[in-house]
Amino acid sequence: MADTVKLPEDSFKRINADDRAALDSEKIAAPSLTFAQDAWRRLRKNKGAWVSLIVLAIVFIMAFGSLVVSPHNPNAVNPSYANLPSKIPGIGINGFNGTLVQAGQRIDAYKQAGASSKFYIMGTDYLGRDLFSRVLYGTRISLIIALVATLFDLTIGVTYGMFSGWKGGRIDTIMQRIIEIILSIPNLVVIVLLILILKPGMTSIIIAIALTSWTNMARLVRAQTMEIKEQEYILAARTLGERPLKIAFKHLLPNLSSVIIINTMFTIPNAIFFEATLSYIGIGISSPQASLGTLLNDGQKNFQFLPYQMWWPALILSIIMLAFNLLGDGLRDAFDPRTKE
Amino acid sequence: MAKYLAKRIFYLILTLFIVITLTFFLMKLLPGTPLTNQAKLSKSQIALIYEQYGLNKPVWQQYLLYLAGAVRGNFGTSFQFSDQPVSYLLSSRIGPSLQIGLQAMILGVIVGIVVGAFGAMRQNSWVDTTATVVSILGISIPSFVLAVLLQYYLGLKLGWFPIAEWGGFIYTVLPTLALGATPLAESARFVRTEMVDVLSSDYIELAKAKGLSRTGVIYHHALRNSLIPLITIVGPLAVNIMTGSMVVENIFSIPGIGEQFVKSVLTNDYPTIMGLTIIYSFMLCVVLLFTDILYGIVDPRIRITGKAN
Repeated sequence: MADTVKLPEDSFKRINADDRAALDSEKIAAPSLTFAQDAWRRLRKNKGAWVSLIVLAIVFIMAFGSLVVSPHNPNAVNPSYANLPSKIPGIGINGFNGTLVQAGQRIDAYKQAGASSKFYIMGTDYLGRDLFSRVLYGTRISLIIALVATLFDLTIGVTYGMFSGWKGGRIDTIMQRIIEIILSIPNLVVIVLLILILKPGMTSIIIAIALTSWTNMARLVRAQTMEIKEQEYILAARTLGERPLKIAFKHLLPNLSSVIIINTMFTIPNAIFFEATLSYIGIGISSPQASLGTLLNDGQKNFQFLPYQMWWPALILSIIMLAFNLLGDGLRDAFDPRTKE
Repeated sequence: MAKYLAKRIFYLILTLFIVITLTFFLMKLLPGTPLTNQAKLSKSQIALIYEQYGLNKPVWQQYLLYLAGAVRGNFGTSFQFSDQPVSYLLSSRIGPSLQIGLQAMILGVIVGIVVGAFGAMRQNSWVDTTATVVSILGISIPSFVLAVLLQYYLGLKLGWFPIAEWGGFIYTVLPTLALGATPLAESARFVRTEMVDVLSSDYIELAKAKGLSRTGVIYHHALRNSLIPLITIVGPLAVNIMTGSMVVENIFSIPGIGEQFVKSVLTNDYPTIMGLTIIYSFMLCVVLLFTDILYGIVDPRIRITGKAN
C-alpha cells in the first residue's frame, strides 16, 4: 500500500451539529416490542391459528352463552317431534330442509309431525329434544371438563417439573423414575381404573384426567427449568439471598410461560378426546347430562337411518380439536424465536 | 451395552411389579363381589364361592398369591365367566388385537413417511399444503368417529368390506384404517419437520454440489437421517393405538383385548381388568425398551448409558 489514494477535496462535506441530528442513523423508527407483543404479532400473521382463535372464541361464547339464551331447553322431551332432521329456514338443500327419505320417497318430516312452522337447526333426537341445544350443552360440559382437568394438570405438572428440575440430583432421578412408571401404563387404562374407584360422573372424570396427563408438562417444564437455572440472573438472585419460592415465581415462571402455554394448547384437546372416549364407551357422563361423547354414542345407534344425529356432534368435536391443534402450532411458531424472519 | 440392557430390564421388572401392586390394591378398594344375587344365597354358599375365588384369605395372602400367579401368567378366574381363567380368556383374544395394532402401526408410519417426505421436498407448494391438511385432520378427528364413518360408507353403502365381525384379512381392513389415521398423521408431521431441518443442512448442500441426482440426495441422505428420530415417537403411537383399539374393536365387534377391557369395565369383572392392565403395561414397556435400544443402535451419537463422557 505504497500509493496513497488521492481523493478530491470536494467529495467531503463538513457536517454541523444540526445536520447530524437530522441524519441520525442510530435512530430506531419502529417502537420496540415486548416479547408478548412480538408473539401476538406473529400469531396474527398465521392465518390458521388466527382463524382457530376466532372459531374457539365463537364456540366458547355459544356454549357458555347457551346458559342464558338457548334456542330450546336441552332436556325438554317432546316425543311427537322425535327424530326430525335438521331444518334451516331459507336453505333448500336436501339435508338442511327438514326432509328425509322414507320408503324410497323424500318427505317433509316436519309436515308429517305437524310442526311445519317450527324448525330445529340440527334436528331433534329420539326423544324430540332439540339437537342444537343439546350439542351446545354437551360442548359446554366437554369444555368444562377439559378446562378444569387441564388447570389441575397444569398446576401439578408445572410444580412437579420445576421442583424436579430445580433440585436435580437424586431427587430428580427418583421423580423422573416415577414419571416413567406412570408413562408405562396407557393413560386411558389408568383413567378407567380411577373412574371405577371414584364412581362415574363429571368430578371423577376431571380428577382422573388431571391425575394422568400432567407427565408431559412436568417433563417439558423440568427440561426448561434445568436450562434456565444455569443462567446468570438466577445466580444473581440466589447470590442476593432470594428465597427459592420467590425465584420460582418471579424468575422461573415467566420464562417458562411459553412452554406452558404451548403445551396447554395440546393438553386441552387431549382431555376433550379422553372425555369423549369415556362417554362413548359408557363410563363417562350419564343421562340426562350430555357431553359430545354421549351425543356421539346416541347418534351412532341411529347412524344408518338418521345420520345427522351423529354428524353434528362429530363435526363440532372435530372442529374444536382442529382449532386447538392449529392454535397450538401457531403459538409454538409465535413463541419460537428461531422462526422469526 | 450389556450393562445398560440389564439395567433397563431390571427397571422393566420393577415397573411391572409396581403396576401389579397398585392395580391389586386399587381393585381391593372397589365394592362388588363375584356374586350375582347375594340375597338369594345362603351363608355357606357365599363362603364356598369366596373360597373358589380365594377371597376368604387375608388381603396380604391374596396379594402374594396373585403376585406369584402373575409371574407365571396366571391372573385368577374371571368374575364374569365363572369357570374361565383370565389368562385363557385373554390369550385367545390377544391375536386379533396384535394383528390390527401392528397393521395400523405399519400402514400409518409408512404412509406417514411418504406423505411427510413429499411435503418437505415440495415445501410450501400444494403438495405440502395437502400433506399438512391430511396430518392435521388425522390428529383432530377421533378414531371412533372415523371408524363409524368408514363402517357406514365403505362397509355398508359401498359394500367393499365387511362391516363387523372377525374372519380373514378382509375383516381387518376397516379397523386398521381407523386406527392407522393417527399414526399416519403424527409421523407425517414429524417426518416433514425433521426433513425440512435436514434439507437445509450442510451435508445436503455438499451432496448436491457433488452432483448427486435429486433422488440420490433425497433417498440416501435426507430421508435416512430424518427417519432416525421417528423411532422416538413409536412408543407414544403404540399408546395411541392401544387406547383407540378399545373403542374401535367395539365398533367393529372384533374379539380382541380392547373390546374385552370395555366389557369387563361395564360388568365389573375385576380380575380381567387387572390382567388386562398388566398386559397393556407389559406391551408398552417392551415397546419402549425396544425403541430405546434400537435408537441407540441406529444413531451412535445417542449415548444410551445416559451419562456424558
